[in-house]
Amino acid sequence: MMITRSPRHDMMMIGVFALVVLTMPIWLAPFGAAYPDLLQKFVIFGIMAVGYNILFGLTGYLSFGHAAFLGVGSYSAVWMFKLFTMNVIPAVIIGTLMAGVFAVVIGYVCLRRSGIYFSILTLALAQMCYNLAYSVLTPITNGETGLQIRPTDPRIIDAMFLEPTERVPTTTLFGIDMTGYGGFYFCAVALIITFFISVRIFRSPFGLKLRAIKSNQNRLNYTGINTRPYLLIAFVISGMYAGLAGSLLAVTDPLAGAERMQWTASGEIVLMTILGGAGTLFGPILGAWIIKYFENIFSAFNDGRLHEIFSFLPDTLESIAVGISAQFVGEGWHLTLGLMFMLIVIFLPGGLIEGFNRIVARLRPGQARRRAPAVEEKEAS
Amino acid sequence: MDTVVLDVADVNKNFAGLQALSNVNLKIKEGKTHAVIGPNGAGKSTLLNVCVGRLQPDTGSVTFDGEIITGKKPYEINQAGVARVFQTPEIFADLSVEHNVMVAALAKRDGSFHPHAFRNLVSETAIHDEALAVLEDLGLKRMREMKAESLSRGDKRRLELAMCLIQHPRLLLLDEPTAGMSRHDTNQTIDVLKRIKERGMTKVIIEHDMHVVFSLADWITVLAQGAIIAEGPPEEIRGNPKVQEAYLGGAHE
Ligand SMILES: Nc1ncnc2c1ncn2[C@@H]1O[C@H](COP(=O)(O)OP(=O)(O)OP(=O)(O)O)[C@@H](O)[C@H]1O
Ligand SMILES: [Mg+2]
Repeated sequence: MMITRSPRHDMMMIGVFALVVLTMPIWLAPFGAAYPDLLQKFVIFGIMAVGYNILFGLTGYLSFGHAAFLGVGSYSAVWMFKLFTMNVIPAVIIGTLMAGVFAVVIGYVCLRRSGIYFSILTLALAQMCYNLAYSVLTPITNGETGLQIRPTDPRIIDAMFLEPTERVPTTTLFGIDMTGYGGFYFCAVALIITFFISVRIFRSPFGLKLRAIKSNQNRLNYTGINTRPYLLIAFVISGMYAGLAGSLLAVTDPLAGAERMQWTASGEIVLMTILGGAGTLFGPILGAWIIKYFENIFSAFNDGRLHEIFSFLPDTLESIAVGISAQFVGEGWHLTLGLMFMLIVIFLPGGLIEGFNRIVARLRPGQARRRAPAVEEKEAS
Repeated sequence: MDTVVLDVADVNKNFAGLQALSNVNLKIKEGKTHAVIGPNGAGKSTLLNVCVGRLQPDTGSVTFDGEIITGKKPYEINQAGVARVFQTPEIFADLSVEHNVMVAALAKRDGSFHPHAFRNLVSETAIHDEALAVLEDLGLKRMREMKAESLSRGDKRRLELAMCLIQHPRLLLLDEPTAGMSRHDTNQTIDVLKRIKERGMTKVIIEHDMHVVFSLADWITVLAQGAIIAEGPPEEIRGNPKVQEAYLGGAHE
């Protein structure tokens, strides 16, 4: 609930965050998650969630269509690779901008309504994009096969400077390979920058007005604020974040398919944000990490692993334990996720961050109390 | 001689057969406190809704400061200088008391749209100081860091009043500003409203509490079933038999 914090405090917070992100390959190793492919997903979907939070967390407008922007970002980036250069910078810039253009159009249409009607409109438009990608737009999207890099692509800029090769080239940042750890660090820097931007938005008068929209849009109208442009800007910013995430997906794996734009993908972003804590700075990132972790690690658990874990039990108990828990791992990881989501929505409507805050408050009793009224001017700014 | 700030001319409003306002004419003069009274369902709130652009009148027009405001958007009317306190408090329940007032101040300063996306709220010291001053004035400063939602009903009303006052409106519309307040709080609010009056702010006040009405009003309009049945200075209204009847026996017809 603290919105105002001194810029110094924020810089320290961002510094710590940067450290946490950059050292992910180290501290995630014990969890079995420190391989480039998954690390890239952690940071990329972190960006996605941070952006989504600017719309949903601040204004309360629930979009079910953000995967469309992710898709637009991916397709645009792959086209940049095909047509111009395998350097990732132009791809990322154009991917983000194209998503922004789509967000202006889709946002303009959808923001004529609020509440559930807004959500339905975003869902409908995103599904339209998805269907178009499979039908009329196949010359651009390459339909079900997905858009791929081929040795025969023109790559105009690369052709001017590099020797033509027979192999399919990889994405680079001025010569640094962007598919392995290089790609992770590139995306990690992007996450830190975008997180910084989101902190600035959270602390700004603009952010305060966005919160006011969530709290009582009606009051805002009678207070002299036209909410439409604010909403559109928040929508476009979050759409561009999604576009950036989409183009980074293409950077780390230059292939774009329409399944990225499906409504389930949009739903996943909503889950991430709510799971971690909508409207909090870290919540959505945490949510993204947890969901991606489950999706990749939990789903890979098989009966062998389970037998290993429960091997300390007597044989009959072991097979019962394995039998029950097998429903929750592997193919069944969605079940675990669903349960977890349910528990959080029921017991911690503010998400995991709320749970975390409660624990902290419990550990430091009276702290919140003492800070309250009587103490008049004790602001350290 | 007196400038007319708000001119409501021949306004009619019908809700599916219910005549909520019929041929209402009202002139609010500069610097005056104008009370509108009447039994429940008389159309008082509807009248304010028409003035702030929440409802469009079926016929008739509203002129503010010489400019017709019927058909304008609520935020445009607010920017023109009309602020309103609602009958059921409309505040930003999830924000702190202080931020509620700051939003109003920012709205006033920046107009309907201004994306100060990269400034920190901490550096908005002028706005912050002003907000604290207004909160102090209304006895809410102690609670400035509390969530607005946790305030008592009376305090929510005062907070809404604070949000209006920080905008220095040319016309302040108050829909039952003391409903739900204790006697003590009511008196305190009367004091605040008297002080505002000394500063020359024009007000329309809807109120059921006659103590409040007679302490503040320069002029009283009585509405009953959507029509104006009496109008005049307080002394005259107090003794008017038609008014007594509307309040006591209006329900019989
Ligand atoms: N938006 C609306 N739609 C339909 N009917 C309405 C609407 N707003 C008000 N009314 C009706 O119009 C009549 C006048 O309502 P209004 O709220 O203006 O009364 P009021 O004088 O403010 O009463 P109170 O003292 O109870 O606040 C009532 O009968 C009410 O039910
Ligand atoms: Mg009313």
